[in-house]
Amino acid sequence: MGLFLIAAGLSLIFGVTRIVNFAHGSFYMLAAYLTYTLTAALPLGPASFYVAVLLAALATGLVGFLVEVGLLRRLYRAPELYQLLATFALVLVVSDVVAFVWGRENKTGPSAPGLAGSARILGQLFPSYDLALIGVGLVVAVALWWVFQRTRWGVLIRAATQDREMVAVLGVDQRRLFTSVFVLGSALAGLGGALQVPRQALTNVMDTTIITEAFVVVVIGGMGSLPGALLAAMLIGVVDAFGVLWLPQLSLVMTFVVMAIVLIVRPWGLLGRPETQARSAAGAGAGGERALGWRWAAAALVVLVVLPPWLPRFWVLVLVEILVFALFAGSLHLLMGTGGMVSFGHAVTFGLGAYAAALLVQAARAPMLPAFIAAPLAAALGAALIGFFAVRLTSIYFAMLTLAFCQIAYAIVHQWYDVTGGDNGLLGVWPPRWLADPLRYYYFALAACGAGLAALAAIGRAPFGLTLRAIRDHARRAEASGVDVRRHQWVAFVVAGFLGGLAGATFVFLKGSVFPNSLTVAMSVQPLVMVLLGGVGALAGAPIGAALYTLLDTVVTRYTEYWQFVVGVILLVLVVAFPRGIVGMLERRGG
Amino acid sequence: MNRTGIVATLAGLLLLSLTASAAAQAPIKIGEINSFSGIGAPFTGPYKQAVEMAVEEVNAKGGVLGRKVEVLFRDDKGQPAEAVKQAQELVSGEKVTLISGTFLSNVGLAVSDWAKQNQTLFVAAEPLTEAITWSKGHDHVFRVRPNTYEQGRMLAEKAGKMKYTKWATIGPNYEYGKRAWETFRDRLKQLKPDVQVVGEHWPTLGKLEAGPFVTAILNQNPDALYVSLFGSDWLAFVREAQKRGLFQKTFVVGILLGEPEYIDPLKTEAPEGMLVTGYPWYDIDIAAHKDFVARFTKKYDHNPVLGSLVGYITYLSIFEAIRKANSTDTDKLTAAFRGLKVETPIGPISYRASDGQSTMGAWVGTTRVDARRGVGIMVNHEYVPGERVLPSDDEVKKMRSGN
Repeated sequence: MGLFLIAAGLSLIFGVTRIVNFAHGSFYMLAAYLTYTLTAALPLGPASFYVAVLLAALATGLVGFLVEVGLLRRLYRAPELYQLLATFALVLVVSDVVAFVWGRENKTGPSAPGLAGSARILGQLFPSYDLALIGVGLVVAVALWWVFQRTRWGVLIRAATQDREMVAVLGVDQRRLFTSVFVLGSALAGLGGALQVPRQALTNVMDTTIITEAFVVVVIGGMGSLPGALLAAMLIGVVDAFGVLWLPQLSLVMTFVVMAIVLIVRPWGLLGRPETQARSAAGAGAGGERALGWRWAAAALVVLVVLPPWLPRFWVLVLVEILVFALFAGSLHLLMGTGGMVSFGHAVTFGLGAYAAALLVQAARAPMLPAFIAAPLAAALGAALIGFFAVRLTSIYFAMLTLAFCQIAYAIVHQWYDVTGGDNGLLGVWPPRWLADPLRYYYFALAACGAGLAALAAIGRAPFGLTLRAIRDHARRAEASGVDVRRHQWVAFVVAGFLGGLAGATFVFLKGSVFPNSLTVAMSVQPLVMVLLGGVGALAGAPIGAALYTLLDTVVTRYTEYWQFVVGVILLVLVVAFPRGIVGMLERRGG
Repeated sequence: MNRTGIVATLAGLLLLSLTASAAAQAPIKIGEINSFSGIGAPFTGPYKQAVEMAVEEVNAKGGVLGRKVEVLFRDDKGQPAEAVKQAQELVSGEKVTLISGTFLSNVGLAVSDWAKQNQTLFVAAEPLTEAITWSKGHDHVFRVRPNTYEQGRMLAEKAGKMKYTKWATIGPNYEYGKRAWETFRDRLKQLKPDVQVVGEHWPTLGKLEAGPFVTAILNQNPDALYVSLFGSDWLAFVREAQKRGLFQKTFVVGILLGEPEYIDPLKTEAPEGMLVTGYPWYDIDIAAHKDFVARFTKKYDHNPVLGSLVGYITYLSIFEAIRKANSTDTDKLTAAFRGLKVETPIGPISYRASDGQSTMGAWVGTTRVDARRGVGIMVNHEYVPGERVLPSDDEVKKMRSGN
């Protein structure tokens, strides 16, 4: 039921404002910690806990208000995805604020006074608190239903969920609508978090643990649909609770398998509706995509060839990492920038490439070069399979289906100990002696990743890239002019998979080992952040974003364990200052 | 200032710094990589404090080989690839003598493999996976903490003398959870052939929805339950298990669960009567250890946890190895670590020549709630030294041969 509350808030916010709010889990975590502290501080005896829950929910609503008015409101004119970057930065900041204020140790919160026991139903003991939670969830669901059906504000919300441009045209003040929805959504996340305190330990990673699951619920239910969220939350609750008992090997992915099946059968979720706006979620608003001129590229190449021998060894290795992420982000740019398809599961290509290379070297005893060449092919093959299903979907549903496949791949490498080594990974994947020197490996990586990026630039200008752009900007018109939309998107997906795999293979020989971490959500979000930071409007944004993010991360991490806070704040400043990414700013300067 | 001027100034500064460092003995630099943020972070804070204490104490006595010791802390964020990056920076940039630390098993393995490739000494402090010293072991890695195998076996030796025959287990779906169970179960079955396993449960690490598991375990009706959950999963499990009366019905054996890291957050809710491995810092009757606890508590205003003890011992071992080698040369240091004897607050330990595993042991005891302090403690505990449960050199040789 806690899941319903947080998912309802998330669904509401997305439905109206189209913000993919990564920070929703952070509000949930914040409320849990606030409840912990308030319960101890309030002098109300047994009532303290319940008052603390309400106060925490209200406080989270207030934080939501500040975030919407102070930050997100500045970004509504930017391409929609930049709000995603902003909420990602918020996740980093809130995470470290919590670590700083409450410490990193796990905490056990208070129990709910009066509800610590159990009730016997059908011979089984059910904790009273869980039963009470179900009650609270139902009350909130009914209350929301009443608000949406019976009040003017609720009607406006429903209207805005279906067609917000139309609501705006009718003269409704969007600002107030957006703010109020964001506040309500945040408060619901807060309530969900506060009510979890008696059932769960408080940890610094509560936010990321819950957010993926909340998105899954929202997407299964149908974005913007509250009854859908309720239905999906119950479905996931049942799957989570009992599925793991029947098929423990699948416990990591059970919910994602359910989501994948639902999305393949019903591309808009159980109770969702097809979107009225034909534009994709990326709606990159990129307009005329202007690559930074070839002069810049040539200059960068000269620097990259000439400079490294004079750099300290470590910075040469950092440069390799930047090259890897430049290609990884570039391959994602083909999907999200050129193609308007935002993937939340791009790590799957990286991970497949890395694992394929490692397995060939480790298990098949293949030399490095054949493994290095075969790895991207394996990734492309995986992408072909995933893309076959994914390109049937659009916007957030596309994103979430890619995420589901990435999670499934993660579960496979994580559980298949005999082949992948499970969570202990594959070790000893080093380049041969002639390539072991960091500088030599750097030039090798430069050749591989440079070639990949050059291919991406060529694709962007070729008829294929132009057609992709046409599809992004208006899929129906493109279709009407005889373009096979899905086939083009599928091919783009496979190409992006190939190049993502190339990045993964380059990475694994840099690190010498590969672990399931390379297939996590965090790994998928990283290139997304880089592309947005650099600017989604041009391919050059990807390498620029990759370089900026990697350098920032490398330098900040050395000086503080609160690197998330520092990086988050810098990202926030950059997002507000350059709401179209670095490249967007350069272009405007350039006229 | 013109360009020549800048160059001249820079060159001057460089010269100055060179002569300055030559005048004072350069410190011995040690690279410490650990999960100070991310998934391992709840457990690394008190570890780091003990490391700092060890370094301060040795420097106050004039350092090692007459040189001060300097520890450079780097955050691996709980990610193996990040740890490798930090290792590269520490060795190639900072020219550290050796790498030490790590908490998570996969991070430890990644750094160990890097150390093998780059012929760098790596002293693994806390990771538990047996693979570090055995199946993936090599000449350049040493490990301080008793591994999963040792702790599982210590518990089995005790449980094998008890009456329980119907067993179930619950643990995270990680290598750690699986191995913690297998080593325990195999030894238990040797000691007690009539043991019967009625249920194995492997929830997702960090995402335990405890209720259904508790119900399922109760329905299987085992006499005893072996638990390898830890961290937030363990805390959530205790809450649900107590509501459903699991601890009243079933005898529980918990690996690591007597460590302050995992029992302290439960406060008075800590289940009583569990057989656990852990660290009863409040009740160890060795003068040197009492002194260690007093110094730590005075300095940081909270009690040490097992991580603190491991951190302290790790650095005592490093200092001792440098003294024995009389050098900071990697080859001499790895040679010194083989068979190294170290005097620690809990008595002497040594590093086995065959696999680099230290003989540090663990305490096995029963849990009880200490009403006065308001936390769970271990009573009737016994220190089991590593020697008593570690496999012989021949067995180790076999395990390392596939390498």
